[in-house]
Amino acid sequence: MKRLIQSIPAGMKLYYAVLVGWMLTTAMHIPDGYLSPVTCIVMFALVLPFWARGVKKLREKLNAKTAPLVALLAAFSFVIMMFNVPLPGGTTAHAVGGALIAIILGPEIATIAVSIALLIQAVFFGDGGILSFGANCFNMAVVLPYVSYAIYHAITKNVTITSKRRLWASALGAWAGLTVAAFFAAVEFGIQPALFHTADGTPLYAPYPLSVSIPAMVIPHALIASVVEALVTVAVVAYLLRANKPALQINQEAQAPAEVGGFARWRPLWITLGVLIVISPLGLLAPGTAWGEWGTEQFASLGLKFIPTGLASLSSLWSAPLPDYDLPALGNTNIGYILSAAVGIILIAIIAWLFTFLVTTGKKSSNNIAASQGK
Amino acid sequence: MAQNSFVESTLVEINRTLEQSVFAEQIAREDGLLQRFDPRAKLIGILLLLIAVGSTHQLWVLGVFFVIVLLSAVLSKIPLWTFVKRVCLLVLLFTSLIALPALFLTPGPALWTLPGAVIITRTGAATAAFLLLRVTTSISLATLLILTTPWNDVLKAMGILHLPDVIVLILAMTYRYIHLLLHEANDMFTARKSRLLRPLPRAQERQLLGATGGVLLSKSLSLSSEVYLAMQSRGYHHYPRTLDDFQFHWWDGLMLIISLAVLLSVLFLA
Repeated sequence: MKRLIQSIPAGMKLYYAVLVGWMLTTAMHIPDGYLSPVTCIVMFALVLPFWARGVKKLREKLNAKTAPLVALLAAFSFVIMMFNVPLPGGTTAHAVGGALIAIILGPEIATIAVSIALLIQAVFFGDGGILSFGANCFNMAVVLPYVSYAIYHAITKNVTITSKRRLWASALGAWAGLTVAAFFAAVEFGIQPALFHTADGTPLYAPYPLSVSIPAMVIPHALIASVVEALVTVAVVAYLLRANKPALQINQEAQAPAEVGGFARWRPLWITLGVLIVISPLGLLAPGTAWGEWGTEQFASLGLKFIPTGLASLSSLWSAPLPDYDLPALGNTNIGYILSAAVGIILIAIIAWLFTFLVTTGKKSSNNIAASQGK
Repeated sequence: MAQNSFVESTLVEINRTLEQSVFAEQIAREDGLLQRFDPRAKLIGILLLLIAVGSTHQLWVLGVFFVIVLLSAVLSKIPLWTFVKRVCLLVLLFTSLIALPALFLTPGPALWTLPGAVIITRTGAATAAFLLLRVTTSISLATLLILTTPWNDVLKAMGILHLPDVIVLILAMTYRYIHLLLHEANDMFTARKSRLLRPLPRAQERQLLGATGGVLLSKSLSLSSEVYLAMQSRGYHHYPRTLDDFQFHWWDGLMLIISLAVLLSVLFLA
């Protein structure tokens, strides 16, 4: 099989890689059919906490004015996605606007606004799939605004509202945000052929492995689409600096009493964990068992003539509910793997939470008592 | 160069979107097959079928689905050519170009050798066919829903998916103001275009883009506070209400049962 791939002329491979890359730059709106339903469900599960967080913020932090504000900004995001941005060389491309809204309203509200724009695009204009809506939201309404905002916020933390630093901070944030979003989209595409194929190896969904999809998505995005996102963001921020400075301060006013909650503080960790869950079946591609984690039946294949008696007697003491991270009833190792990863992390989280709960409740109540006595 | 200009291409895109949504509302008012179903049943039914299309491992199942979708489009008085054009243009422009390299790059037994020792593999052909058929069928299913249901009904139907009411409210307002902002952007670009004698240099185009985007954003922001005041003066009290006059008929139930049966048979038989 390797020979077959090698038989393709190198020039053609390059040509197609460029072609695929070019087409994929407009593919941030993943249509239905590229991702398996299982991936779609996992992506919905990954976005859900961000939606919940956005809705909570909508209801609590800001006042009742928020509904029309978010509606108008979602509409704005929809319209800005239609602007054909002129690029050097006579081509044009589109922006998402997620970075801009994150800079103005904060990433939580941006998640809701961009998700709504994406929903209207998917349901009413057929742009982006309905099953893949979760994946599209994860890439464009979660990764893009959060990454952009983190960078923008880090650079402009102690800067006056009129500072020119806001310009390149917003450009850099938008560029990085969309490039990272493209990387996530590439991972979603790239895990499909290894995870979902027929018995003879025919990929059922997006056909290219990670080794093709990541460079094909990330390189053209970094060079074109992310540059466009940065251009639009910086152009509008520059205009607002000239003509409407209060707009750039909306989020700062609203965020004054912001208290970093348990989830927000560990947000990067949660995101990384989510990604790791999704890509966990990659481990199936590697042959063999992790060193030192052999089961009793694998000792023979390692060349061992006998099984240590202690191990033999102990190994039957506990039979795991998910042996080898697989649910045989599902009939699909990969789903079993993803589920196992998710179940494992949820279990660990519950145990950790119980532990900290038990340890800290005593402390808190004693603190409260001390405080009330102090009064 | 003139056709390529940023102002013109954006104008074309904006008008195409406005035209599309007007066209959809027109078809949705026709008296066809799918228009008679309860929007809630239609939404759930199409979701179930989308999952079925997404899950099947058989090419012929995808083919059968596509033919049925085309038949229902005809029975729902959607002009077939417009429908096919709208669906296939998207797929041809985009998915077929992505599927093409898979013919050669997917490892597998050779199916056909092109001149120049380029080999199309059997698995490559199968995977390209899967991608094309699946995307085409999914898009056409979603398009059926869009074209046969007025927007307000889809929105109300989404209530059964247990969307938070604040989200339903925002969705309704967003759709309304998308049209307003599109007209707004259209006016701004038309005004600019009518004062142009020749295409702008690229640098100026980018400046124009920033200014138009910025004005649009400022307008959105000030409009949002006006809308809020208007809502308050009409008695909005933090709780959106909708009129619910859907009627669930026996044929809606039948459609749901059939969709579910199709999904289950795809999941467990094919």
